[in-house]
Amino acid sequence: MLGQNRLAEIAERVLRASKAEQTEIMVTSNDSYLTRFATNTIHQNVAESDASARVRVITDQKTGVAAGNDLSPAGLKKLVETAETTASFQEKNPDVGLLPKPQPIRPVDAYVEATAKCTPLERAKGVEKILAPARKHGLDAAGAFSTEEQELYIANSLGVAAYHKGTVASLLTVVMGKDSSGYGADASIDVSRIDPEAVGKTAIDKALASRNPTAIEPGEYTVILEEEAIADMLFFLGYMGMSALAVQEGRSFMAGKFGERVTGDKITIWDDGSDLRGLPLPFDFEGTPKEKVVLIEKGIARNVVYDTVTAAKEKGRRSTGHSLPAPNAQGPLPINLFMEPGTATKEEMLASTERGIWVTRFHYTNILHPVKTVITGMTRDGTFLIENGKITRPLKNLRFTQSILEAFANVEAVGKKLKVVKDDWNALGTTVPALKIRSFRFTGGTQ
Amino acid sequence: MRELTDRALDVARAKGATYADIRIVRRETQTLEMKNGVMENLSLADTYGFGVRVVADGAWGFASSSRLEKPEIDRVAALAVAIAKASAISKKADVRLGPAEVHVGAYKTPIEVDPFAVSLEDKIDYLARADKEARAVEGVRVVDGTLGFQRETKTFASSEGSFLEQTLIETGAGIVVTAVADGEMQQRSYPNSFGRHQGTAGYEFLTTWNLPAHARQMAEEAVGLLKAPQCPSKVTSLILDGPQLGLQVHESCGHPIELDRVYGTEAAFAGTSFLTPEKYRNFRYGSDLVNIVSDAVTPGGLGTYGYDDEGVPAQTTEIIKKGQFVGYLTSRETAQELRKTHPGAPERSNGAMRADGWNRMPIIRMNNVSLLPGEWTLDELIADTDDGIYMITNKSWSIDDRRLNFQFGTELAYEVKGGKLGRMLKNATYTGMTPQFWAGCDAICNKDHWHVWGTVNCGKGQPGQVAHTAHGAAPTRFRNVQVGVMKG
Repeated sequence: MLGQNRLAEIAERVLRASKAEQTEIMVTSNDSYLTRFATNTIHQNVAESDASARVRVITDQKTGVAAGNDLSPAGLKKLVETAETTASFQEKNPDVGLLPKPQPIRPVDAYVEATAKCTPLERAKGVEKILAPARKHGLDAAGAFSTEEQELYIANSLGVAAYHKGTVASLLTVVMGKDSSGYGADASIDVSRIDPEAVGKTAIDKALASRNPTAIEPGEYTVILEEEAIADMLFFLGYMGMSALAVQEGRSFMAGKFGERVTGDKITIWDDGSDLRGLPLPFDFEGTPKEKVVLIEKGIARNVVYDTVTAAKEKGRRSTGHSLPAPNAQGPLPINLFMEPGTATKEEMLASTERGIWVTRFHYTNILHPVKTVITGMTRDGTFLIENGKITRPLKNLRFTQSILEAFANVEAVGKKLKVVKDDWNALGTTVPALKIRSFRFTGGTQ
Repeated sequence: MRELTDRALDVARAKGATYADIRIVRRETQTLEMKNGVMENLSLADTYGFGVRVVADGAWGFASSSRLEKPEIDRVAALAVAIAKASAISKKADVRLGPAEVHVGAYKTPIEVDPFAVSLEDKIDYLARADKEARAVEGVRVVDGTLGFQRETKTFASSEGSFLEQTLIETGAGIVVTAVADGEMQQRSYPNSFGRHQGTAGYEFLTTWNLPAHARQMAEEAVGLLKAPQCPSKVTSLILDGPQLGLQVHESCGHPIELDRVYGTEAAFAGTSFLTPEKYRNFRYGSDLVNIVSDAVTPGGLGTYGYDDEGVPAQTTEIIKKGQFVGYLTSRETAQELRKTHPGAPERSNGAMRADGWNRMPIIRMNNVSLLPGEWTLDELIADTDDGIYMITNKSWSIDDRRLNFQFGTELAYEVKGGKLGRMLKNATYTGMTPQFWAGCDAICNKDHWHVWGTVNCGKGQPGQVAHTAHGAAPTRFRNVQVGVMKG
């Protein structure tokens, strides 16, 4: 970790060196650690320390970008020169927006010392709290316990200077029997709020309960989807259609639907980078503060998220603070998604289900049709048959092929508790309740 | 460089490591993305650093840093050993690496034209010509053209005495055409999906895979798909084109033969494998026609290299021979594990360990895992098919955590009726179970149709690693396949 002063110094050096009309510098610094275990033993245990810079220059409607992790004065000078040279080869692009001007950013205190200082031995001891009971039950535990501290500094030649420091801790485990498995996970900015024993118990209980699974005919069933499955659906919904660029290009399910019903009235979805219940990031990769954007309100399509370029294409629009590192073909994205909790406990959802399927989580979900929001994937690590309000037997995993919007139109109950589900590939999280949904479409099964 | 690598290995040994290696890696990438005639992205990235991997107290430790300075090398080497010692508190047995791998050598991707020496004007012009061709077709909404170039230089040194230097050069290109109308969106990609096709090659790759010459056809097909009928739901004969078959091999053969998955070390993320050790050399994977090899030496393949990231030389391994499962992808450690139950298994790794850059620990990755060509021409194959569907270019992919139940979607499909191609079909999907599917393989096209298709987005591991892999494949027919899973 380089610290705010060093990051600001790097940014200043770049801005001073640049001859472009406008210049933007993004500097990231991170120290991350991950302890990985499988077959009841730690088999990978890694540490990484990295810092890198990304420079964007704009001159005469031409943009160039260069990125690298040589942060020496010579390295930074070369980075600026590379970006400028790259820009000089560009054709003029009338869509190149100007960089954003500075706006007040409300800092979010997302840095927890306990997470930053967590040692390999502490993580190993946490892992052992899962492995010991797994061994006792004759089960095999696999998973990962990670702790990370990261800094992000965005500055531009118009005066933007945004700094954020945060930590993330994450523990997940898959506990396996001969023919069964269970899943447990938790994530937080504060490692001390993660209870390895509880995470392990959740997974172990499911692994024990899912022994001797039997097959069930594919078809439409009422389902209780736990939070990991809902987070998967919400991530794909955001990716497919909640970006202004997707709407502007006509490839979003939101296009032409604002003010109209797109899901059932129990569904409200928003994006908020400042909410500490998630894994926050208070500004985007242009240094614009993230607004809370209500995307779907009680089933009605309300808004999508904007960056500077997409906002400039619509009269009266401003960036909502959802840029990815620009330029990129994807456009802005909501990366701090929330779904409004309801009033039901999972036990109440179960008790009210005459016949249905309990799904712990999905595996290898992928898009079949982005406008129709159709996805496919498998269930995994705890799939159970529900009969007359009770779980009666474990099931072999099933394949689903389902439109997300149709599923969200069929929601019968929304869980009262929110859970943050960390993305596998970055330090971002989706914060969601469990849902009970009728007529969920399973199209196949596996052994 | 020797001074730095020796220093890391000396510190690791002094701190208690019984084995140590260091990789110093620089990765330079150049990306050009043109969207509707405008250069959206023109960027250069350069990342440099080192990673130290050790065994201490019988357990693994790994640490990495972007600061290649002597004090930092000392810190990172010591940290790797400390981490290994922490790992040891839960170990069941000491890490066993088998016979020492001692190699001194160098490897460089053979290329004709250095892609980093070609001017940006030439590259932009290449994309602009493809873009213009595609946007000349009415009804096209978005045209995305991409060029990607990568140069990775890496130095590997181990406490066993290896010292290896490699330079791997990649070139990739692709165009994606999107057509939108009335709530329907359809895309066509050339030469492959995932944005681009890529190989270990120089700029000459762009002449072989000529985007401007194929862009108009992609546009016409994307627009045509908007009004095409939905792929019907039925059990029928299925012909897959090379790129889609490449991904089928990747998901249903390449991943389940990774021996780390088999032993459960990827269970929490990517999953495990149905190809459990008792099936080794004792399981019918597919029909007699199915011959699959893992080959890190295929010229131009995206999974081609000189040495893996444990310093093991690149090689060819038989995986499926006449339908029988005969080989795994291995590491030094898993090769020893396999010999516990199968003493006749090879003593040495077949060189499949790779890391995604300097800051990741190597894990078992596919290199070029390929279905060997058969005897048919594509015309003969279609003429021989009375009723079926011909599916082209991947759009969607999903497979269960043991790699049995899969479902794929393709961008384009055609009916095959009475030995002839019929109507164009949209939203084509097919699903199946891996061994049953490969048992239905009854015809494979010949070497004239066979290409090594690059996959640039293979994710695995925690922390996440993206590998570049490839799959040699030619159009192939499968009998009795369920197609048309998605509702219209």
